[in-house]
Parts: sequence; C-alpha cells; structure tokens
Amino acid sequence: MKKNWLKNFAVLGTAAIISLSIVSCGPKDADVQSAAATALAGDPTTSALQVSVKDGVATISGECKDDACKVSSENAVKGVKGVKQVVNNVTVAPPPPPLPPAAPVGITADDSLMQKVTDAVKDNPGVTFTVKDGVVTLNGEIKRADLPKLMQKVQSTRPKKVESKLTVK
Amino acid sequence: MALQDKYKELIDTANSSGVSNLQVREQDGVLYIDGDAPDGSTKDKLWDIYNKIDPDFKGGDLVLNVNVGGAVDGGKLKVVTESSNLNIRKGPDTEQPIVGKAAHEEIVTLVNKTSDQWYLIRTDGGAEGYAYAQYLQPA
Repeated sequence: MKKNWLKNFAVLGTAAIISLSIVSCGPKDADVQSAAATALAGDPTTSALQVSVKDGVATISGECKDDACKVSSENAVKGVKGVKQVVNNVTVAPPPPPLPPAAPVGITADDSLMQKVTDAVKDNPGVTFTVKDGVVTLNGEIKRADLPKLMQKVQSTRPKKVESKLTVK
Repeated sequence: MALQDKYKELIDTANSSGVSNLQVREQDGVLYIDGDAPDGSTKDKLWDIYNKIDPDFKGGDLVLNVNVGGAVDGGKLKVVTESSNLNIRKGPDTEQPIVGKAAHEEIVTLVNKTSDQWYLIRTDGGAEGYAYAQYLQPA
C-alpha cells in the first residue's frame, strides 16, 4: 500500500510540473527583450535605439538618422523569437541644414589693385606690371632670390590672378 | 579639384602646421589659399613648397595669401626686410613722404592695422607712421 501511495504522489507531482510549464509557455519577456536589444546592437545604424518587451509586444524607441534605419530596426526586432508584435516609436532626425556656400573669393578692384601692386613692386626696379580685370601681369627681370618676396607681396593684394612673364636671373 | 591635387602638399602642410582661418577655394581656374600662419618660418615653408610645385611661380594658377597672424594693436613687430631699413611714411601709400626709418630687425610697436598692406607703427625712437606690412612680423 505504501509503495502505491508514493507512486501516485510521483504521478501527481509530474502532472503538476507539466501543467505549470504549459501555463507559462513561450520565452520570458526579459529574455526576448535582451535578444531584441542584441539584434539592434548588431547594426551600427540601430545600435543606439532602445527596446522594451511586455507580453511579447516589443516597443522600439530612440532616434534614427533616416527612414531606412527605422525600417531595419523594426525588421530586426520582428525576427526575434518570442516577439508577437512590434510598436515602432522610433523618430527620424530632421535632415541637417545645407552647408552655407563658401564665400566667394574677394578680388580687389582694378584701381585699388593698381595702387597696391605699385607699392608691392616698388623695391624691385627691374619689374613692371599691368592690371586688367583683376589680373596682374608682371614683366621685366628679377633675381631668383628676390622672386619669392615679390610674389608674396603681389599675391597678398588679392588679385584675381598673377601672370608672371618675368625673366628670372 | 585638379588644382587642389596639384597643390595637395601645400594644402596638407598648411593644415598640419597650424595655419588658422584656412580657406582653400577654386574659382575660374585659379586656386586661392588664404589663412594666418602661426609664424614666419611656416609662411616661408609654404612658399618653398609653392616654388617647388610651380617653379618660379610661372603657372598663374594659385594665389597664396597666407600671412603671419597674431599681430595685435600695441604688440611688438620685427622688421623683416632683406637687409635694408624700412621706410615709415606719412600715409599708407608709397607716394607718401617718408617720415622715419626702422632698421633691419628692429622691434617696433603696432599702433593699428590700417589695411592688409599697411600698418601704422611707432618706433622706440618716437617715429610714427605707416610701414609696408609684408616687412613686419610679430616679434
């Protein structure tokens, strides 16, 4: 009799364990959430997003740089085992404002340029020049050693262009 | 972009040697490089590279306007002529009468920057007037 009682007890206990595991079937929310977070982390465009899971419903939040990133985050989470539904609360960042165009190059007007180049070449008596539409044309001859200093002076007058027809000795 | 490739070494050196307010722009077949060099040797180095890439500056496809920045009103400047004295003039123009001279390598005081080309300076001897900025560098 005693043996039978023990046997019955074991059968009942086994049945109880089976029925409990049926009630809590499917993975736990916490495990699904962890798997979903891992899925998002695998893609650098979605790795900064957050995901939470409750009763199998995954909610993604955070900011994406574009729509493609928002879609791929949803697909990544959908593919996680245990996710029944995805609520996509991801916002897409507004596009950055266009860069301001580079300021146009300031060119000195001819009359002012004429005066500035006159000053610039003053110490080089062998050098003459003409100015037309911002283009400074240098003529005459100069020692090679004096050339860089002359060019530094002439190019700092903000001409459009410097054409050197100098004979360099 | 072709010009930026041609002068790449120059642009890279300007970037790596601390040229501030650097602007590199291409317009109508000419490259314009503007900025403030931290010192005279950096400016000289850039011009040496320019001369190497475009011997004797014959190409006419670059306007390099990198000057030694850092000069402030009331600050000290050194006269960097080849060897001669620097004329100090009554006005900002080589037609103006000479009112004084500063010796080669003399240290003078910057009163103000009248323009990119002309600085109003004062010598320790008391002469005050306009001198050509390309012959002055922060001391």
